[in-house]
Amino acid sequence: MKLLTLNFLTCAIKTCKTSPSSFPLHPQDAELEIVESDVNMAFLRNILPRLMWEELRGITRELGLPELPETAPAAEDLGEPSQVAKDLHRLLLETSIREGKLVCGNCGHEYAVKEGIANFLLPGHLV
Amino acid sequence: MSRPEDTLPPDLFYNDNESRKYTTSSRIQKIQSDMTHRALSLLRLKSPSLILDIGCGSGLSGEILSASDQDGTPGGPHVWIGFDISSSMLAIALEKEVEGDLFLADAGQGVPFRAGTFDAAISISAIQWLCNAESSEESPSGRLSRFFNGLYASLRRGGRAVCQFYPKNDEQKKMVSSAAVRAGFGAGLLEDDPGTKNAKTYLVLTVGGGDLDGDITGVVKGMDGVDVIDQRKKARVVNQRREMKGSKGWIIKKKEQMEKKGKVVKPTSKYTGRKRRIAF
Ligand SMILES: C[S@@+](CC[C@H](N)C(=O)[O-])C[C@H]1O[C@@H](n2cnc3c(N)ncnc32)[C@H](O)[C@@H]1O
Ligand SMILES: [Zn+2]
Repeated sequence: MKLLTLNFLTCAIKTCKTSPSSFPLHPQDAELEIVESDVNMAFLRNILPRLMWEELRGITRELGLPELPETAPAAEDLGEPSQVAKDLHRLLLETSIREGKLVCGNCGHEYAVKEGIANFLLPGHLV
Repeated sequence: MSRPEDTLPPDLFYNDNESRKYTTSSRIQKIQSDMTHRALSLLRLKSPSLILDIGCGSGLSGEILSASDQDGTPGGPHVWIGFDISSSMLAIALEKEVEGDLFLADAGQGVPFRAGTFDAAISISAIQWLCNAESSEESPSGRLSRFFNGLYASLRRGGRAVCQFYPKNDEQKKMVSSAAVRAGFGAGLLEDDPGTKNAKTYLVLTVGGGDLDGDITGVVKGMDGVDVIDQRKKARVVNQRREMKGSKGWIIKKKEQMEKKGKVVKPTSKYTGRKRRIAF
């Protein structure tokens, strides 16, 4: 699962919907991999304003990745393949969680990740 | 002919065997690809977007979302996230090394993304399954409403969703579209080849606040067999019979172009051999 996805995913459990601590989910025992892909500049510019930067910084810290700058890059910094764009692409679209789990900060529910696929099926009483 | 939806729950129906049969059938590949292109033309995306694929299966629709504009995907390449209730289907998507992120999840349990995540959503041949509740504690209407409420919240204002589905009958068609309207969507039903055994139903959904202001008539107005179910225009039926030749021809041409390049039959060609390595 790409770190991009983790910046949008929330806990699926009904009672967590209204709790701010149900986002972001926290990776645990995560094994990361890099899956290379072409840089998509237009996509990066599109998604930039929707990122929750503070949460992204938190997650990269939890994963032991290099510290991110305090503020998100500005749209102007994402000019034709600038280093900033390449770094952002590497972080959001190429860095993936291959194995491990995602844990809700509110209810503690653990979502297993296997071969990059997170299991979000809930037992009936939690829906 | 019996409907698979009436025989088994989807995760059991799409087991390893059925999932492989489904994905490798060139007849199914062609139909799913045509419908995905049709749905994309209704989404009218102009630039690379973040798209949710509901009931993504083995990624037949997703592969098209990942293709570039030159290869026939308007506004592409898009980035997509897909989920499906069948782990066998997802296993095949993994094998094919599709570009999108995959999840094991049940649309009837909701859509677990924060508000305003997606530019658009697509669902091809999946949501009729929501009308068959798997257990006694669940009702089709409860599952439909959880799904559409979640979908509505996860789309950004001005976003759109197109769901092609196979309603069992008119009653089911109505049950699905009214659940979408109740969740807040502007909604319209578009039918291709109505009345034939190739009939295809597309539920076109808009989230207010964008350039169309939730007015679905701006999307499907003047099209063949359109049924406008926008809340404000209570079930007004626009029944214009117009041939969609241009649009179909376009799809077929693109399909042929893509097939020539091997994009559909050999979908991973562009990325086979890309590096996959463990880091950190
Ligand atoms: C006919 S296949 C279509 C797959 C893919 N969209 C395509 O066009 O090839 C229907 C898919 O819907 C999935 N499905 C059915 N019910 C579902 C649910 N409640 N949540 C998620 N996926 C579901 C099935 O597992 C199956 O993969
Ligand atoms: Zn939770």
